[in-house]
Amino acid sequence: MSADAGAEGSGFAARPPGGGVEDAARTGEPKRTAPLSVVIGSLSSVQGAILPAIFAAVSTGGAGVLIGLGVGVAITVIGSLFSYLGWRRLTYTVGEQDIRVESGVLSRSARSVPYERIQDVSLEQPLLARIFDLVAVKFETGAGGADDLALAYLSSAEGDRLRQLVRERRDDAQEEGALEEGAAAGAETQAARGEEGETLFAMDTGRILTFGLFEFSLAVFAVLGGLFQYANSFFDFDDIDERVVEQVVERQGGWIFELGAYGQVLTALAGLVAVLFIGSATGIVRTVAREWGFVLERTARGFRRRRGLFTRTDVVMPVHRVQGIQLTTGWLRYRFGWHGLSFVSLAQDAGSTSHVVAPFAQLSEIEPIVEVAGFRLPGDNEDWHRASRKYRTDAIIWDSMWFFVAAVIAGVTTAIWSPEWTWIAAAGPFALGLLNAGLQALAWRFKRHALDETQIMAVSGILSPKKQVATRLKLHSVEIAQGPISRLRGYATVHLGLAGGEFSIPGVPLERAREVRAKVLETIASTDFSRLEGSGR
Amino acid sequence: MESTLPQTAPAGDKALPSDLVQPVDEGDELTQLHPGYRTVLRLQTILVFIPILIGALLLETALTGEQEVIPQGLIAGPLLVLAIILVIRLPQRRFAARGYQMSADRLRVVRGILWRSDTVVPFGRVQHIDVDQGPLERAFGIATMTLHTAGTHNASVDLPGLGEEHAREMREEIRAHIKRESL
Repeated sequence: MSADAGAEGSGFAARPPGGGVEDAARTGEPKRTAPLSVVIGSLSSVQGAILPAIFAAVSTGGAGVLIGLGVGVAITVIGSLFSYLGWRRLTYTVGEQDIRVESGVLSRSARSVPYERIQDVSLEQPLLARIFDLVAVKFETGAGGADDLALAYLSSAEGDRLRQLVRERRDDAQEEGALEEGAAAGAETQAARGEEGETLFAMDTGRILTFGLFEFSLAVFAVLGGLFQYANSFFDFDDIDERVVEQVVERQGGWIFELGAYGQVLTALAGLVAVLFIGSATGIVRTVAREWGFVLERTARGFRRRRGLFTRTDVVMPVHRVQGIQLTTGWLRYRFGWHGLSFVSLAQDAGSTSHVVAPFAQLSEIEPIVEVAGFRLPGDNEDWHRASRKYRTDAIIWDSMWFFVAAVIAGVTTAIWSPEWTWIAAAGPFALGLLNAGLQALAWRFKRHALDETQIMAVSGILSPKKQVATRLKLHSVEIAQGPISRLRGYATVHLGLAGGEFSIPGVPLERAREVRAKVLETIASTDFSRLEGSGR
Repeated sequence: MESTLPQTAPAGDKALPSDLVQPVDEGDELTQLHPGYRTVLRLQTILVFIPILIGALLLETALTGEQEVIPQGLIAGPLLVLAIILVIRLPQRRFAARGYQMSADRLRVVRGILWRSDTVVPFGRVQHIDVDQGPLERAFGIATMTLHTAGTHNASVDLPGLGEEHAREMREEIRAHIKRESL
């Protein structure tokens, strides 16, 4: 992969001519990953050794620096040793039918994945690996991300070659299967080797920056807080003289108190602005690092998404693996028309269960993507059914109850101990409770579901509406669940068995729930799982 | 809404209708579980209570001793009464609250006293089937059948309290159906 740092949509190295013959000669023997991975391993352990070294140096005073250095060096050496051992014990073999990876320092683990089971190969480049032009290769099997086979750090040329090889082998295996059944799919799989496709969605710098603004985050304070905790375990902050702190506050803060009312207000505002600024800056930095060069393409293999500034990821998801879609937004960005689109599938996306496909886009940009995936966003003239009215009443009572209980408790305690606050202490939670009740009542209007010929759709939320769509054919089970209260009142929650995500519709009247279940089951039962496209047959 | 499934047959011996075409319907009666399940539940409740009662007795002896801080049997007595009520009453209620309905192409499992859950799994979506027996279950001739699906919610649906022969028959039915459909 000839990607330069920061280049967007860079192409991949073309396959060397005659690569097929070359590869045939290479298969079958166990190979090691690139030796530079050991270097990356020790650099990471240096990274991990810095903080403990600093705190060890500071906390012991006197000969502290030497001790700190000693600690740092020790951690680095141990880390590098394990990295080297791990590298030596990791081998991979490209076989005739499968890929085999053996790893493990103390306990050996050998995993083999047949080519037919590999959905696609994705390449990932964390920052350190990018510096050395290495790439981490992941084989996606669609059985769930945690167990996916990963090879850390091959050279980028080797990684690309491996990817091509696996794709070839997989297409050959599929062709054979197709020929056995007499299907004429061979020609299509030949065409399916294309890498490039049409761009469905891309984010340029302006869009990423706007996105970053909406991702306001005070995470930096959480990080500082965490560091503080960590530091506290190394040396005692209680040892710091109180008088010193007082003097510092007096000297620095004294002029604030002298400023008078206007000055104080201005300083408070300045503080607030500073917090806003830090929050926005954090949001922008995190978003830029995550989404830089975001490109979503439709290739012959499926949806290909590339993004990332430091860690560059390149993932392909076959269209038929998409089980459902989710359209989310936030309370503020909804006002400006920004939505986020994710695909629900069994594959994992860097820890989250749904693949984010268009994190920040207008509806006009999202609709074509949804269409390509084979879904249809719900419109206004669907056969919408609302949640039960009794559900609305119960939800209002249940949610607001806690506020009123809090109001009563606050009122009683303040009446006992400080009667002058009773009025406010009771009125505050009470008002919040009323507000909550109002919002719940309003939210009921926007909580609805509908069935059409092929899909089931659910919408909920007022401030930030969330839409979920799933293909009826790809559901696996339907459950109608009722608690003691809902049994009394005649409504239920419908849980749909979706592969790779949750799809529940609460507050459905019982009759309607049974109707929904009957219709969905009718669709499901007509097609066996093995006939579903791409069910791994 | 005609009911085409057999009514509750004699315990443990239910001949499965093999060419049933009607889908499961809400109004139809649910097939009850094997009564051995009730006995197993009772035994399990007893086993749970024994350590609790022993603990209560120990606590009492620790507290009373020579001084008679509390009268003898204050803790253990009510616990014993509670245990007896639970052992007699609760398993019967749990047994009655469960049921299932099996048709030609789907299985419906109902469970729960307070929190009722009514799940239907079509055979066309079953990934694999387990039939398990714990030691108590083996002693009374019952088994638990578990259907695994590819969905995240209800990835496994289990149906305890089936007669073991019956459970194996059901498993073969489901397997035959899957084999037929995937050919």
